[in-house]
Amino acid sequence: MDPLRELYQQVIVDHSKRPRNRGKLEYSNRKAEGVNTLCGDQVTVYLEVENDVVKDVRFEGGGCAISTASASMMTEAVKSKSLSEVETLFEEFHRLVTSTEPGAQELGKLAVFSGVREFPVRVKCATLVWHTLHEAIRNKGGGA
Amino acid sequence: MTEKRIIEVREDFPILRQLVHGKPLTYLDNAATTQKPRTVIDALVKYYSEFNSNIHRGVHELSQRATGAYEDSREKMRLFVNARSETEIIFVRGATEAINLVAQSYGNSVLGAGDEVIISGMEHHANIVPWQLVCEARGARLRVIRLTERGELDLDHFESLLSPRTKLVSIVHASNAIGTVNPVKHVIARAHASGVPVLIDGAQAVAHFETDVRDLDCDFYVLSGHKLYGPTGIGVLYGKKELLERMPPYQGGGDMIRSVTFEKSVYNELPYKFEAGTPHIEGVIGLGAALDYLQGIGWPLIVEHERDLLQYALARLREVPGLRFIADPCERVGVLSFMLDDIHPHDIGTVLDQEGIAIRAGHHCAQPVLERFGVNATARASLALYNTRGEIDRLIDALLMVREVFT
Repeated sequence: MDPLRELYQQVIVDHSKRPRNRGKLEYSNRKAEGVNTLCGDQVTVYLEVENDVVKDVRFEGGGCAISTASASMMTEAVKSKSLSEVETLFEEFHRLVTSTEPGAQELGKLAVFSGVREFPVRVKCATLVWHTLHEAIRNKGGGA
Repeated sequence: MTEKRIIEVREDFPILRQLVHGKPLTYLDNAATTQKPRTVIDALVKYYSEFNSNIHRGVHELSQRATGAYEDSREKMRLFVNARSETEIIFVRGATEAINLVAQSYGNSVLGAGDEVIISGMEHHANIVPWQLVCEARGARLRVIRLTERGELDLDHFESLLSPRTKLVSIVHASNAIGTVNPVKHVIARAHASGVPVLIDGAQAVAHFETDVRDLDCDFYVLSGHKLYGPTGIGVLYGKKELLERMPPYQGGGDMIRSVTFEKSVYNELPYKFEAGTPHIEGVIGLGAALDYLQGIGWPLIVEHERDLLQYALARLREVPGLRFIADPCERVGVLSFMLDDIHPHDIGTVLDQEGIAIRAGHHCAQPVLERFGVNATARASLALYNTRGEIDRLIDALLMVREVFT
């Protein structure tokens, strides 16, 4: 597959056009905002965390296909996961888009983002929402 | 005839002869920076290999040669913008620094509480933020000329903003985000009728048509060398002598003084008063070489070719389904800012890059004007004298490919 098709796989294009879990989460108890200073794209991540488990998650904003799809697929990947599982996922995802070293854990659907590593300037697009999620987890008490 | 000449011109730019991702480089990001002709690159190499030396102080041969080359460039720049005197040409890092110089030196000395500075709704951040800084420091107020639907200045609104509180008007000659060429001569005349001086930001204009500061009668004109086929890190502030003489120095240091004691320093004469420290000597020399190069090509060819190419690009882009321009000014340079369906400009940029085509995607350091047109980023293709119709065709083919990837 050529690098472009690898980057814009059908599942990524699909999530960018029909993002899942987009919108404000009314009952969130943690949230954070992230900005990609390179392009000005903004994303807000809302979490409802109970007993250290992500009960619900939504996002607002986004921008390019990569960042919107990444946000959409992130929400699907972390729902019902424990916070420590989410942190591991964050690290694994970061490894996936920045290095060719095999990760310790299967990333499932998120593996479609492996094509991003061929486009260094686009890595930030894919990881912005994950960094924002990481920030939200640390923002205890930061509800919507 | 013109097309044949442009093929020859392309040979002068070594960087254009390369493949990017296996495709011929199609460089359409000229509003960000232009490529450099061989003669500019050679001038830098010659300076460092033959007469690198500090200027204005050495009694030795090399210093005299370096000083001569540096001051020759000043004279070339004076001719280029048609200034009255070379003392009105001040070398700075770029248009950004030139505006900051005027804001800090002139702005700080004339602005008081309640005074106003007028800019326009299509300014680059470089012609917004320096004024915000000085207005905040002096308790002055920034007023903004509205834009019309086409992306032109609302001149009636401009007239209504002019008042006894207005201390300066600072507007862009050609917009880097939407390409509009503003009727600056008219704006200057109207401002002068109210006794208000005017700064023109020519960063995006000077490479595309002849600049004549005396004909415009502007009080300040700023430009960047790297958008004019010259090196980065060098730019020019033109200012009317009587204004520059009244202005306090912007930075203190060597070369800008006549004598220094711990009690008092006496400032040097123009233009050196505003050139503190060892300047960007090779940048100035390289810029001089760029001006020589442009003179060799001649304005008639540049203007005719770019006008033809712009019309061709506009017509061909309009054929692309789902493409829309965010402004439609009557007078414009070859800056084409557009959206394609609902595809994010960064995704457009990435796909085009794989085809060897360099464009800019984003807010172009002009967020307010994009906001005015309801977008936060656009794809921008910008033309220079070495671009060809064939390159426009490649851009069109690649945009059709972008649509395929995202459907």
